[in-house]
Amino acid sequence: MDKMNEFEPKILTFCCNWCSYAGADLAGTSRLQYPPNVRIIRVMCSGMVHPNMVIEALTKGADGVMICGCHPGDCHYLEGNLKAEKRAEAIELLLEDFGLEPERFRLVWVSASEGPRFAQVMTEMVETVRELGPSPYAT
Amino acid sequence: MSEITLTIDDQPVTLEPGSSVLEACQELGINIPTLCYHKALGGYGACRLCLVEVEQNGRTDMQASCVYPVQEGLIVRTDTERVLRTRRIMAELLLARCPEMEKVKEAAAELGVTETRFPKKNEDCILCGLCTRVCSELMKSGAVDFHGRGNTREVGPAYDKHSPICMACGACAIVCPTGAMDLSTVSSRPPRPVTSAYDAGLVQRSSIYIPYQQAIPKVPVIDRDTCMYFLKGEELDACRACETACSAKAIDYTQEDEIVDLDVGAAILSPGFCLFDANQMLELSYSWAPNVLTSLQFERLQSASGPHEGEILRVSDGEHPHRIAFIQCVGSRDYDHNYCSSVCCMYATKEAIIAKEHEADLECTIFYMDLRAYGKGFDAYFERAKELGVRYVRCRPSHIEETTGTQNLKIHYEAEDGTHQTEEFDMVVLSVGLEPPQDAQLLARRFGIELDENGFARTAPTSPISSSRDGVYVCGPFAEPKDIPETVMEASAAAAKAMTLLAEKRGTEIIEREYPPEKDVSGQPPRIGVFVCHCGKNIGGVVNVPSVAEYARSLVDVVYVEDNLYTCSSDTQARIREHIEEHDLNRVVVASCTPRTHEPLFRDTLRESGLNPYLFEMANIRDQCSWVHMHEPEAATVKAKDLVRMAVARARLLEPLQKGKISINNDALVIGGGMSGMTAALNLADQRFQVHLVEKEETLGGVMRDIRFLQNGYSPVQWLKEMVNRTVDHPKINVHLGSELKSVEGSVGNFSSVIAKKGTEETIEHGAVIVAIGAVPGTPTEYLYRKDPRVMTQLEFEQRLGAGEEIGERIIMIQCVGSRDEEHPYCSRVCCTQAIKNALQFKETHPRGEATIIYRDIRTYGHHEAMYTEAREKGVRFVRYEPETKPEVAVEDGTLYVTVNDPVLGQPLRIEANAVVLAPLLLPAEDVEELAKMLKVPLNSDGFFLEAHMKLRPIDFATDGVFLCGMAHSPKLVKESIAQAMGAAARAATLLSKDELELEASISEVVDANCDGCAYCIDPCPYNALTLIEYVRGDQIKKTVQSNPALCKGCGVCMATCPKQGIFVWHFKPEQINAMVDAALEVE
Repeated sequence: MDKMNEFEPKILTFCCNWCSYAGADLAGTSRLQYPPNVRIIRVMCSGMVHPNMVIEALTKGADGVMICGCHPGDCHYLEGNLKAEKRAEAIELLLEDFGLEPERFRLVWVSASEGPRFAQVMTEMVETVRELGPSPYAT
Repeated sequence: MSEITLTIDDQPVTLEPGSSVLEACQELGINIPTLCYHKALGGYGACRLCLVEVEQNGRTDMQASCVYPVQEGLIVRTDTERVLRTRRIMAELLLARCPEMEKVKEAAAELGVTETRFPKKNEDCILCGLCTRVCSELMKSGAVDFHGRGNTREVGPAYDKHSPICMACGACAIVCPTGAMDLSTVSSRPPRPVTSAYDAGLVQRSSIYIPYQQAIPKVPVIDRDTCMYFLKGEELDACRACETACSAKAIDYTQEDEIVDLDVGAAILSPGFCLFDANQMLELSYSWAPNVLTSLQFERLQSASGPHEGEILRVSDGEHPHRIAFIQCVGSRDYDHNYCSSVCCMYATKEAIIAKEHEADLECTIFYMDLRAYGKGFDAYFERAKELGVRYVRCRPSHIEETTGTQNLKIHYEAEDGTHQTEEFDMVVLSVGLEPPQDAQLLARRFGIELDENGFARTAPTSPISSSRDGVYVCGPFAEPKDIPETVMEASAAAAKAMTLLAEKRGTEIIEREYPPEKDVSGQPPRIGVFVCHCGKNIGGVVNVPSVAEYARSLVDVVYVEDNLYTCSSDTQARIREHIEEHDLNRVVVASCTPRTHEPLFRDTLRESGLNPYLFEMANIRDQCSWVHMHEPEAATVKAKDLVRMAVARARLLEPLQKGKISINNDALVIGGGMSGMTAALNLADQRFQVHLVEKEETLGGVMRDIRFLQNGYSPVQWLKEMVNRTVDHPKINVHLGSELKSVEGSVGNFSSVIAKKGTEETIEHGAVIVAIGAVPGTPTEYLYRKDPRVMTQLEFEQRLGAGEEIGERIIMIQCVGSRDEEHPYCSRVCCTQAIKNALQFKETHPRGEATIIYRDIRTYGHHEAMYTEAREKGVRFVRYEPETKPEVAVEDGTLYVTVNDPVLGQPLRIEANAVVLAPLLLPAEDVEELAKMLKVPLNSDGFFLEAHMKLRPIDFATDGVFLCGMAHSPKLVKESIAQAMGAAARAATLLSKDELELEASISEVVDANCDGCAYCIDPCPYNALTLIEYVRGDQIKKTVQSNPALCKGCGVCMATCPKQGIFVWHFKPEQINAMVDAALEVE
């Protein structure tokens, strides 16, 4: 069982209820396969995720964190996703302060009809983080 | 009979008698190779790949597991060396027979066999008998069977002739494991592929299908026209394969259409439209050239949920096209369609932009006649397309020719200079037009309403929603082709019209559901019940559900756990209620599918048990686990356990929430006393709401007072007079003339506004606001306007024409005066129709007169195209100009001349005129900015009010309780303003008809102790729900933020902005989200 030794990253993904969570569901109904390393947390809007939540998750041992929201112009709450985009810049600065690689965090837009995109984005993120190796905060 | 237990590879398994060993293996998730097995047909034992070792009474035998029945105490081995060796020999034999068939090679390769030691035969059929069995046993046709013996045995129709009894259902080809079955060699009927209507015929579907991924309800339907069970007649009992496949036993062949009798006071017809069938235009080669698509097919091709997940590929060869042509007006603006389909110019532009977003070096060319970007923001979008490199060619192509070999397409057309051109493209998209719905005639007969000459529902210009019969209303493209915003406006308008008839009966049909009183769980420690769903095989086939349930028992505060075959079934719901009672549960977690579809159901179950619905949490272990990790059962089980742990962690912190209520004022305020404002006010008043109508002028009527004719010479003067009288006399309308709005305070349901009139001020209370302040015609600054009395605007011309004043015999109209330029990049929408209407009116009174219209694009969209046709027939001349070479108006020796560069002739034309009529742009009303500030609503870059959503919410503002209509939204025709005004009344009425407004429970709450009034959260709030306040605390002034529960929608942007945890959203508190994070990461 060589696989036991291989590093399996833990990825947390905050999905907005209206677009991305539905996109994740669609990946399921379309039976699109992606690595089982992702744990999805449903929030109402991508703009609801406080930068601290992302940093805390990373410092508590997540190897990667994603926020998924509606495409610009499609936000259920008008422009919550654009607020999330602004905050993503702040999160990137914080990552540096905490000695974390910028690739450990990603903000992406996934609509309710983009099941394939959701599966693809998750696959990419798992691969990226797998290459980076475990988070320095992982125990 | 009792169930049978046997042992397979040392694992016990229990099944019903009559099951096969293969099914027992599948139950345990043991992979057994098969080629000739099909669930609907059962075992046959032909391919022998499924061999297993069976031990009974001390004897060991090799048996084909698909036909060997389960027996009590049987011991089965599936992975011994003997089993594998024998299977490999079988694979070699199959490979010898069919060395080139991919499926056989794959099956052999899985067993580690890539080469055969037996002599090769190069057959394509392995004689598994699936096709013959499906044809005779299931389809009851018997069109294909084995013939010959031994070496010459083969499959085919009788006498090797195309079979007349074959119904071309295609089942034989579907079940064939090697792909050898070719329907065209079997059937004397042509194959009839069943294609998905949703994917515009680009994708095949089966006879039982889910119409599309977002379908509601998302359940499969049977297409009786292609389903063999129904085609063969129920007595033959054919196929029923779907019944065998459905483990939930949900297939019911006996369902019939139900005829329901309804007593109604009004009817609204909105059957939509039908797309023009491009097969009718043989010159466009659509019927035979695979790379000629309709616009709807191209739209599906571009969609992420389309045939190639959004990748644009040619139908003929699957290659990426590099040159795409769009041909406009296919089935519009021609001899058979004397109307414009209104939407094609913009959808073609959109499709071209999206195609270029997919691939930037894609060349998109749009062949068009007039670019009809008449809607709000459309011209800006068209300009963007040009900037992105979309090429527009003004012409109507004569025909399309397919190139042999490449299957590219040659478009033949006449260029503007009159030369014949041919251009080659890789793909052609036909912008097909909108026709009346197929059953329009039938519907019209049943409802006794008239259709117009094009087959659309007939309406009048001043009553766009009313059919020819009282109480029957029409909306959407049934009456005329139209875009989404107009359709949405009309839909609300139809509801408004119906509600004036039904006002008295409002709310009488509502049956409120009764729930038991809610238990108080405050202060109780969490007692969580966890229900883990198998969802048949959907979850249970991948995730080890019993072990997830077992794991859930170990979690803190979990007091009851069970796993269910279907947690959503009604008997499980009853059981959940019993367990809530029995175990005194105060939180429930269901691990099953997605909360997006099933949370409401389970929340309802909680309410029925007296639990607050917010004490419920779901773990999505199907859509986001078993379905996306189908080949990794172990990892999926680990993930399911994690998801349950996360859900339980959150459930422990859930709190009961109540939806707040505020009482509301049922009166409305309408700002603006023009036609739109009056229409909205009258409709609301007819629905028995009290209305305040505020008009700054001393008279009602607005711009409409200056209009003398509508289309077909209909005079709106008398109609407007009656409308003004009815408004003034209506007991429910309080008209405030010569009045101005000073201030608006409050929010949805409870506004308080100050109206000023000649130095006096009056405060009124109201629950909703409708903005209807209209637009104003601009004053031309060019073409000698106000310098020569013979130069006038269309409205002035209309006045003179109406008054019978002498104008002269030669008039020239100039379009787009101030519109579509750099300063005002939008189209004023009404001017083309207005100019043609006035030119026709002029021709009516001056039969020998000459009228010339100098234009950029003629935008007579919808039925107005008929006026354009009529004008050309009656001799009105149309001369086009480019914005770079505007016409010039000059006076020489007292004579008025217009010089224009005619692009068709390629030289300047100089025309003498008795009058020059200008079509000035429409500008936002003067006080628009002030009003926008007062109402805290946005304007667009052109200065018109900006709605909540361009397409889907064209009447609402993002701010609740404030609505807009008429030209305050954007320039529009009379009938469009009327529809939007009635729509605004309907939108306001949905609010005003209630006594209380139920608020969201999951909304923001300020933690005063943490909030220091930094106000960071205030600007980001998309709903203006937050205000900074000050109050006295002790001997200090404390600043804090206040959240308005009536405005907050719970998006949580404030929560994520606050640096001090001074504001949170109920049900998504940071600690609730963090509990899930910690649980996911297994942080103690």
